[in-house]
Amino acid sequence: MMRIECPWCGGRDETEFHYGGEAHIMRPENPDALSDEAWADYLFMRANPKGVHAERWMHAQGCRRWFNVLRHTVSHEVVAVYPMGTPRPDLPETGA
Amino acid sequence: MARYSILSLARNALTGHRDWPKLWRSPEPRPAYEVLVIGGGGHGLATAYYLAKEHGVTDVAVVEKGWLAGGNIARNTTIIRSNYLWDESAALYEHALKLWEGLSHELNFNVMLRQRGVLNLAHTEHDVRESIRRVNANRLNGVDAEWLDAAGVKAFCPPINISPDVRYPVLGATLQRRGGVARHDAVAWGYARGADARGVDIIQHCEVTGIRQVRGRIAGVETNRGFIGANKVALVAAGHSSMLADMAGLRLPVESHPLQAMVSEPLKPVLDCVVMSNAVHVYISQSDKGELVLGAGIDAFNSYGQRGGLHVLEDQLAALMQLFPAFSRVRMLRSWGGIVDVCPDASPIISKTPIEGLYINCGWGTGGFKATPTSGWTFAHTIARDAPHPLNAPFALDRFISGALVDEHGAAAVAH
Amino acid sequence: MTGPRRLPNGGRIDRSRVLSFCFDGRRYTGYPGDTLASALLANGVRLVGRSFKYHRPRGVMTAGAEEPNALVLLEPGRFAEPNLRATEIELYDGLVAESVNRWPSLRVDLGAAAGLASGLFVAGFYYKTFMWPPSWWNRVYAPVIRRMAGLARAPSEPDPELYEHRHVHCDILVVGAGPAGIAAAHAAAASGAHVILADERPRPGGTLLDGPAWVGDEEGAAWAERMLAEMSAQVLPRSTAFGYYDHNFVALAERLTEGLSPAERGGRPRQRVWHIRARRVALATGAHERPLVFPGNDRPGVMLAGAVSAYIHRYAVLPGGRAVFLAGDDSVYAAAREFARHGGEVAALVDLRTDSAAEANGLLVLRGAVPLRTFGRGAVTGIEVEVNGTRRRIACDMVAMGGGWNPAVHLFSQSRGTLRWDDESRMFVPGLSAQAERSVGAAGGRFDLEGCIAQGAEAGVTFACELGFEASALSATPAAPAAQPGVLPVPPKSQDKAFVDFQNDVTAADVALARREGMQSVEHLKRWTTLGMATDQGKTSNINGLALMATGLGRPPAEVGHTTFRPPYTPVTFGALAGRHVGALADPVCRTPMQDWHETAGAVFEPVGQWLRARYYPQLGENMREAVARECRAVREGAGILDASTLGKIDIRGSDAAEFLNRIYVNGWKTLGVGRCRYGLMLGEDGMVFDDGVTTRIGEHRYLMTTTSGNAAAVLEWLETWLQTEWPTLRVYCTSVTEQWGTITVSGPQARALVEPLVEDIDLDPAAFPFMSMREGWIGGAPGRIFRIAFTGELSYELNLPWRQALPVWQRLVEAGAVPYGTEAMHVLRAEKGFIVVGHETDGTVTPVDLGMERMVSSRKDFIGRRSLARPDCLRPDRKQLVGLLPEDPLEVLQEGAQILEAPRAAAPVPMLGHVTSSYWSAAMERGFALALVRGGRSRHGDQVWASATTGDSLVRIVDPVFYDPEGTRLDG
Repeated sequence: MMRIECPWCGGRDETEFHYGGEAHIMRPENPDALSDEAWADYLFMRANPKGVHAERWMHAQGCRRWFNVLRHTVSHEVVAVYPMGTPRPDLPETGA
Repeated sequence: MARYSILSLARNALTGHRDWPKLWRSPEPRPAYEVLVIGGGGHGLATAYYLAKEHGVTDVAVVEKGWLAGGNIARNTTIIRSNYLWDESAALYEHALKLWEGLSHELNFNVMLRQRGVLNLAHTEHDVRESIRRVNANRLNGVDAEWLDAAGVKAFCPPINISPDVRYPVLGATLQRRGGVARHDAVAWGYARGADARGVDIIQHCEVTGIRQVRGRIAGVETNRGFIGANKVALVAAGHSSMLADMAGLRLPVESHPLQAMVSEPLKPVLDCVVMSNAVHVYISQSDKGELVLGAGIDAFNSYGQRGGLHVLEDQLAALMQLFPAFSRVRMLRSWGGIVDVCPDASPIISKTPIEGLYINCGWGTGGFKATPTSGWTFAHTIARDAPHPLNAPFALDRFISGALVDEHGAAAVAH
Repeated sequence: MTGPRRLPNGGRIDRSRVLSFCFDGRRYTGYPGDTLASALLANGVRLVGRSFKYHRPRGVMTAGAEEPNALVLLEPGRFAEPNLRATEIELYDGLVAESVNRWPSLRVDLGAAAGLASGLFVAGFYYKTFMWPPSWWNRVYAPVIRRMAGLARAPSEPDPELYEHRHVHCDILVVGAGPAGIAAAHAAAASGAHVILADERPRPGGTLLDGPAWVGDEEGAAWAERMLAEMSAQVLPRSTAFGYYDHNFVALAERLTEGLSPAERGGRPRQRVWHIRARRVALATGAHERPLVFPGNDRPGVMLAGAVSAYIHRYAVLPGGRAVFLAGDDSVYAAAREFARHGGEVAALVDLRTDSAAEANGLLVLRGAVPLRTFGRGAVTGIEVEVNGTRRRIACDMVAMGGGWNPAVHLFSQSRGTLRWDDESRMFVPGLSAQAERSVGAAGGRFDLEGCIAQGAEAGVTFACELGFEASALSATPAAPAAQPGVLPVPPKSQDKAFVDFQNDVTAADVALARREGMQSVEHLKRWTTLGMATDQGKTSNINGLALMATGLGRPPAEVGHTTFRPPYTPVTFGALAGRHVGALADPVCRTPMQDWHETAGAVFEPVGQWLRARYYPQLGENMREAVARECRAVREGAGILDASTLGKIDIRGSDAAEFLNRIYVNGWKTLGVGRCRYGLMLGEDGMVFDDGVTTRIGEHRYLMTTTSGNAAAVLEWLETWLQTEWPTLRVYCTSVTEQWGTITVSGPQARALVEPLVEDIDLDPAAFPFMSMREGWIGGAPGRIFRIAFTGELSYELNLPWRQALPVWQRLVEAGAVPYGTEAMHVLRAEKGFIVVGHETDGTVTPVDLGMERMVSSRKDFIGRRSLARPDCLRPDRKQLVGLLPEDPLEVLQEGAQILEAPRAAAPVPMLGHVTSSYWSAAMERGFALALVRGGRSRHGDQVWASATTGDSLVRIVDPVFYDPEGTRLDG
């Protein structure tokens, strides 16, 4: 079981959180203007890297706030935690 | 291929088993193939087998980055059934079940199919309604299905607890008598042996590092053992599908998640059928070795780690205690994880791609094992004919654009 | 004395009490401090089990967790525990154990017939056979294979005992309380760090208790005791660290009632699973001795040399009288010396090597020898070895073997550390770490006592410093002495079975066969032969197996590699993992203010989300249908009351609340006046109906949203997600108030008469208080709200009261003649009106258009899911649409889940048009009726189709889904 650093409450067990999938997916400004392909891309297509993944977590049993996490999908190492609405931080060479 | 027979067994028993041939060769990759299958798991090996057998395409290589059949085919809970809700799924899985029923003889390799019946339990009025809906749909689709009330469940599966005094009592179950389990490794070995005998090169420890295209058409793959040319490349890499698709510049509606399973220590036969419960989240059968084999839902997060959290197993065992309180003093012997590639509609993708010569078979989520024969059979058809078979046409990539999803969440919340 | 093999002195047993126990029906005695295995050995019992496949007779081989042979069923009956290792069971008075996997008895086991055919039953034989004739597989072969399966019988009664979980954080967790672990914990705890020291055995000390040991001039066991007494660490004996998970999360299984008979346990929890999050972990898990692989190495009486020493020192048991020691490494010499010193006769010390300089103390040593076979019916009576080309047969009643040691790297490997093959010491040792841990002592490949202790202490100090504690400086660990590698197995020449995996009966010949057939990866070897998959998980077999494969392939073991070490280290009880989440605590029940009342009234309940809702209230002699019909009539003709407290209620406030609702719901919200209510439908972004409910504007910038009972939490999270992740600039705040308001729906033509006496300051006149509006005021003396919304089609008042004040109002309504109705009547009444229920009429594939609600869907704004409705598949004219169904036989109630067909009884596959989503008996219409989703159904009203159910096919007519009062004349009473 992972331990995740909630930016508001501190480190907690994974079971206190809900996972929200890939981060930084913006809801299109004007969906009507999109082709079916572009809409499908927003709805369904997801980055699924073997490596560092930008993803959303919500502290469901705590402050109920969403935040972003950079996490390695093999080592499960959490390499960064940052607020919603801020860009993905640049990382130095990540190992793991 | 040396056929197994009573005679060959007797001869070898007398000669100290010195003369059994290798199950498959370990060839060096040739410079180019007509079809190159990426992924030496059950689905990839079945694809190669049916390419050779059904379509006469024998200039085929299967490349596998690790050891043959070491992915999800080596890690699943071996459940086989075809009682899916929607017509498209039922047709696909029922075709698979029919292939299973002849597979040992088809492959001359005993895959130890045991059709001991699969119970899908209903614990709420909602479950009951949806279960009966599925039984009716199955029946009309030619899939064997029955609805049992709680007493019927108890009669079919004596160790189960149907007391109304538990939090989610068993109200009934659907039963597919032809469902059951099979020896998972054997299926892959049987396909590998059969494919190899028909000329397919199975190349282990060969990792694909790039997919080469020339003018929008597939040309071959880069590997840790050099470039291998191919007219057609078929991706069958389960949890690693997104990474390989990415090499070809293709985005997929797929996420990879850990799925865990476990076995108990071996016990004398106590549970003859397969019992699955979506509502309390556990499924269980007893292997021919006597181990109770259990699985549950996926871990929520994306991962390629082949491991999940202990709490998922603990939840699953707490659920088991409601259904089989007598198993409380049985012990967990071994737990493990696989990586499952999950589609938004809990249905697979068996499809051509926008790139000429590139085909993809993925998104089986937690339910791929039971489909192994048909996954290979339809994918081989799609590759050989460059067009889907009617069975897999509904499972094309473009359904995510049109919206024609085959949403099996309702019928198989933890699908498997 | 408790048995002929008990030494008169020594051992860590309590000789002041004699315990009586029973094995396979025979009575024996032992001492507190014994294990079942040591007590059996003391009594001269050699045959204790049968192997899995060939049912070969087996004896105790080890003294610990790695035991492959001595498995028993402990306490047959309610307290049964299958497949326990006798080497780990602490003896108690009255203990009852049975051997397993034999029939009819351990001595006469008919299963051993399998051994006769063992020439056939080699690795992989299953896959090649049992296929002819085809029909025999299911009828004959498979059932026979199944009957042979398994070890002990499964328990058949519910578990009478309890288990629990504990969650802790600590600075440093030390696993294993041998010399290295004790030193690590001692050093770490001295710094003030919070240290936990866990050990699987009942008594800390590890190998210090297994033989003579001196730490400086202090006797080893005394050193251990002093160190433990000095340190402030939390010491957990009988606690096995079984899994090492992500982020330094280690799980332990503590056995709290070990060594107590069922009667003595007194209801205390039997086991406790510890979830430990440690900042640092020291792995001092020791090592397992490697058996030697030679023909006949499985005969009872063949043991590991280290175990012989342990039985002498821990339990004062001399496991044999005249022994041959087979040495693959120098530690066997020490065991032989101990055996001789305690009165055993060492017939010979047979060294497989030629170059050992170990001290033999005058024992007969045969160097460069090869064990060829053993003799004996049942237990061993002799062994044949080849020395310098000549064969010697040596009589003995025990063979003690040791091929060297394998560090117990299981937890290290589970932590995702990578193992390294060390050529010099011929073992896999920890290589690169992946988490904040260190392996120390034998677990790290260090075998000299001084070095183990120094290494442990160094780890303890280093960890403490890393974590910011002040620790004393420490001298570095001395350099390791030269490696004294053991031997790795070579394929025996003889045809006799030489066992690699003792429990699963995998022989050296099986490994060779697997190699010849191409199963050359260690994972293939494991799967083809089942090597390492027994209940000992390969602790004694894996390294020998891969070494044999390496030799066969002519490649170094490092290249062949090892299989994955999987949790748990040793088996863990299911019940312990489930913990307290069983029985009533499996999933807590949410209770409404009226829950007790419903229970007293004899309601039948159904689970809805976390709630148990009253489904109907049967009166004396009533069946469900009668009760529901009575409740329905009460609502249609008089007045009924429903406990609707379970509906999700979300308080939404903020200056952008209306804009927010506009984006969440398909319909518009900007024109809704204060005090007015509106039905809303929300979709997923895929366009499919997700939830519905009535939302009321209760203030200028404040709304009260209701959700379905089961979806309340999901809807709240849905709202919060959009607000936080997509629209953070919207000024909107959501609060769940479900449990703040008890909700009573009063419905029926008499509703107003019933509510009127309860309110003082609310005018119930329909002109003053119209349908779909809300009033605040005093209800039954409590401040509350009344909503004029109706799910039944009748005049309805939905009373919202402070949670604790709802019950008195409910009781007053009952006293005034209101008839309580449950969820089933509610469903009938709403279905008569054609109202949908999410989860009945929707299944995640249904759009608002499918439900005939397209007029609700605003075209003047964007909302979640809107774009998806324009995808080609959502525009198909033949989508399944909501319709009503009337069975041609009015007395029939269709089966919910029946499929709709154009014609009955065709051959499969039959095209299906849709299915019955809800179906009831209508008391008002005095007939059965149903709702259904039917392909293109809206244009088919009047058509006859068939409903196909498990009970048969029925002719039905497609009709409009509103069956009752389509004009809505009854809404005002």
